[in-house]
Amino acid sequence: MELTLTLNGKKMSRLIEPGVLLLDFLRGEGCCSVKRGCETSNCGLCTVFLDDVPVLSCSILAARVQGRRVTTLEGLRQEAEELATFIAAQGAEQCGFCNPGFMMNAIALLREKEEPTVEEIRAYLAGNLCRCSGYEGQLRGILAFIEWRKKKRGGAQ
Amino acid sequence: MKIVNTSVPKKDALQLLTGQPVYTDDLAPKDCLIVRLLRSPHASAIVKSINKKAALLIPDIEAVYTWEDLPADAKRFTLAGQTYPEPSPHDHLILDRRLRYVGDPVAVVAGRSEAAVEKALALIKVEYEVLEPLLDPTAAKDNKIIVHPEENWEALCPVGADNKRNLCAHAESSAGDIEATLAACDIVLDRTYHTKAVQQCMMETYRTFCTIDTYGRLVITSATQVPFHVRRIVALALGIPKSKVRVIKPRIGGGFGAKQTCVSEVYPALVTWLTKKPSKIVFSRYECMTASSPRHETHMRVRLGAMKDGRIRGIDMYAVSNTGAYGDHGPTTVDLTGHKPITLYRTESYRFVSDVVYTNNMPAGAYRGYGAPQGMFAVESAVNELAALLKMDAFLLREKNIIHEGDYLPSYYGETNTSCALDRCLMRAKELSGWEEKGLCRKLKNGKVRALGMAMAMQGSAIPYLDVGGATIKLGDEGTYNLLIGASDMGTGCDTILAQIAAEVLECDLDAVSVFGVDTDASPYDSGSYASSTTYLTGQAVYQAATELRRRLGLLAAKLLKCEPEEIVFDGKKAAKIDDSGALTLAELAVASQSGNDVALDVTASTKSTASPPPFMVGVAEVDIDTETGEVRPVHYYGVVDCGTCINPNLARVQTEGGIVQGIGMALSENVTYAPDGRVYENSLMQYKIPSRLDNGRLTVVFEPSYEKSGPFGAKSIGELVINTPGPAIAAAIANAVGTRFYELPVTPEQVAMAAARLKM
Repeated sequence: MELTLTLNGKKMSRLIEPGVLLLDFLRGEGCCSVKRGCETSNCGLCTVFLDDVPVLSCSILAARVQGRRVTTLEGLRQEAEELATFIAAQGAEQCGFCNPGFMMNAIALLREKEEPTVEEIRAYLAGNLCRCSGYEGQLRGILAFIEWRKKKRGGAQ
Repeated sequence: MKIVNTSVPKKDALQLLTGQPVYTDDLAPKDCLIVRLLRSPHASAIVKSINKKAALLIPDIEAVYTWEDLPADAKRFTLAGQTYPEPSPHDHLILDRRLRYVGDPVAVVAGRSEAAVEKALALIKVEYEVLEPLLDPTAAKDNKIIVHPEENWEALCPVGADNKRNLCAHAESSAGDIEATLAACDIVLDRTYHTKAVQQCMMETYRTFCTIDTYGRLVITSATQVPFHVRRIVALALGIPKSKVRVIKPRIGGGFGAKQTCVSEVYPALVTWLTKKPSKIVFSRYECMTASSPRHETHMRVRLGAMKDGRIRGIDMYAVSNTGAYGDHGPTTVDLTGHKPITLYRTESYRFVSDVVYTNNMPAGAYRGYGAPQGMFAVESAVNELAALLKMDAFLLREKNIIHEGDYLPSYYGETNTSCALDRCLMRAKELSGWEEKGLCRKLKNGKVRALGMAMAMQGSAIPYLDVGGATIKLGDEGTYNLLIGASDMGTGCDTILAQIAAEVLECDLDAVSVFGVDTDASPYDSGSYASSTTYLTGQAVYQAATELRRRLGLLAAKLLKCEPEEIVFDGKKAAKIDDSGALTLAELAVASQSGNDVALDVTASTKSTASPPPFMVGVAEVDIDTETGEVRPVHYYGVVDCGTCINPNLARVQTEGGIVQGIGMALSENVTYAPDGRVYENSLMQYKIPSRLDNGRLTVVFEPSYEKSGPFGAKSIGELVINTPGPAIAAAIANAVGTRFYELPVTPEQVAMAAARLKM
């Protein structure tokens, strides 16, 4: 079947098998940031944006994104690098394999809320598993980013 | 120190955080054959017949291999990534006619699409002779069911193995007369403990791709901690010369020891070697949970002898370690189960006896801590129980009995405790956690009980006299350096840490050191990243290579400036004559090194160690217990660590935090249980519950460093140590809250609720 979508800002059409998962479709398109960590939809590694809303690409058929916008971490380079600097400052990226899904969901949270509390951060990102970091470094990084953004925006006013 | 002991970001951090394609499956050629395995549905069976004709008729199927396709005289090998000759018995074949656990490979299928391979797997017809499985490790020794009856089973090292008795290993060690000591004690606590086969759950499952290069050699790109061991193991498995195999390690999505076993490499290697076509295997999470290399399930009996005043006089331990169907890491993991926890205490005598047994469970392997977490749970739980019996504070009991710097350690291979801040760790942990002010147990307004528990731990740093660290440093263009290593950065940050050591010695910026690793054709030999060895052992190699390169830079400068090498002063940026009559910048030296030069500015150093200096940790768990539901929720975990000098404090902190949370999982939620037919129940991340960020509470980690003279800039290890304390500390907190001690991990809500109910009756 023919699938038309906007992937990372570029409109494209592809012939796909009807049963292909969005995750596999995206990796096939060279979006290697999209990772698979489980088969039970509960690790969060494959998180992408569907019309700016974070979704698990392992749980959506590629056919379902007909006519819609899909964004992977490849499409958010600048926004990702801003936050990434703060996670890196904690050494919390560790092996990095869960990073793309975590970054996507963290970016979604930080777009949605100006100053989320610690509890809100934990709850929002609860579906993003990480086996290396123990989560604290990621939390410190996000909190430091929020402080930095607050100052930056305060200064701009 | 300018760069060592600073928290620089990891050199690969931004690439990883922005999702760049740097992992095995991101790099695999698009035309790879897809490799998958038909796995045994039975815990014990023999393949009576196998028919692959229908599978081979599928157009996109390239090959199907069964035991019949392998040479009848194939030699057995081990998948354990250890220095040769491996202590782990040679008990594997790529495909065997006898199947020893649910998940043991029956056939290897390779095809051009996932769909075709899936279809082929369903079309292979196998007739099994189903045998009665052996599933109880405590009944395995001398059982009538023998897991490895074959004649070509082989133990290369004297580890007390005997396949006809289901023994993968047997060992005994002691100092003093333990029976006499225990007989003279006021109290002898005699308890048995049990820990399960918990899973590493690295986020990137096992995966490997293989190609044939220009010279007809097999190139294996794999998520592995042990590239050089993989080269040897695959060559042995395929029966081809090692020189025909090259192994490349890209970024790895976590290891934790799982990738110290050659779990996935041999299958695509077989396919590519026979078909000469590229192929790849990517393990599903299901395979990772059912056919991998988890921690050895261990049963331990501890006899702890002490006097009424709290003096611990003797520890006697007997451990039965379940290695499952194959003996990967069996003989060596159990060694840590006894020797690590027992060594924490100054005793008059000790004894440690162990049996490692084969069963028809999934094979075990290496997992962070490597046997120590099991023993630490047993001994530290016993000491906590002793404290309660003596009505003595758990910290005070430790303070009376711990080893100190300078102590001779009979239960630790006769080593001397050269660097130890365990006493300071205790003091700091007590203070940091508010141990005295908070009290062991208090009721909260919401009806829950908040309780504290503590435990200590130690680990080693590298395997002395055996493993090898290696580093090559060369002067690059424009006065920069290349650091080539054979140690595998699996996310821990060793590429960065080793570069920090090089930059410190060479007095350059961290950015001036480019790190390369790992390729067995280009990297210097290194045993690999395991046994808490990289910072300590490979770090020494980096230190030595950088020091020698400095000397050679002086030689070249002396030649060019026409003076003696002793007259040259090198400050990292320039080599100047001591009388200031001439100088060359590093960039000028780099240019000169490529023009009419005969001084090699390329130095390789190899190191072995003569000791395994232990790092130490004290952990305090603060948990909330719901006595109605039995839920145990970690509120705060305090960790105080002595890993010697922190080369990178941030990375040491994150290692500690990650280890604590893995330990919390082992204590409370991670469980591996078997159905009566030998199937694993917890076969996905839904059933096997690793902590999410809602489950760990807050973590506070501080360092109390000692200085280890033999390590680079005083460093010891940290990676494994940090998983050890949560098991016993959380079990102690629960006991302090509900009055019942638990002798098995994980402690489940059901068990806690029942215990709390009994307390109320």
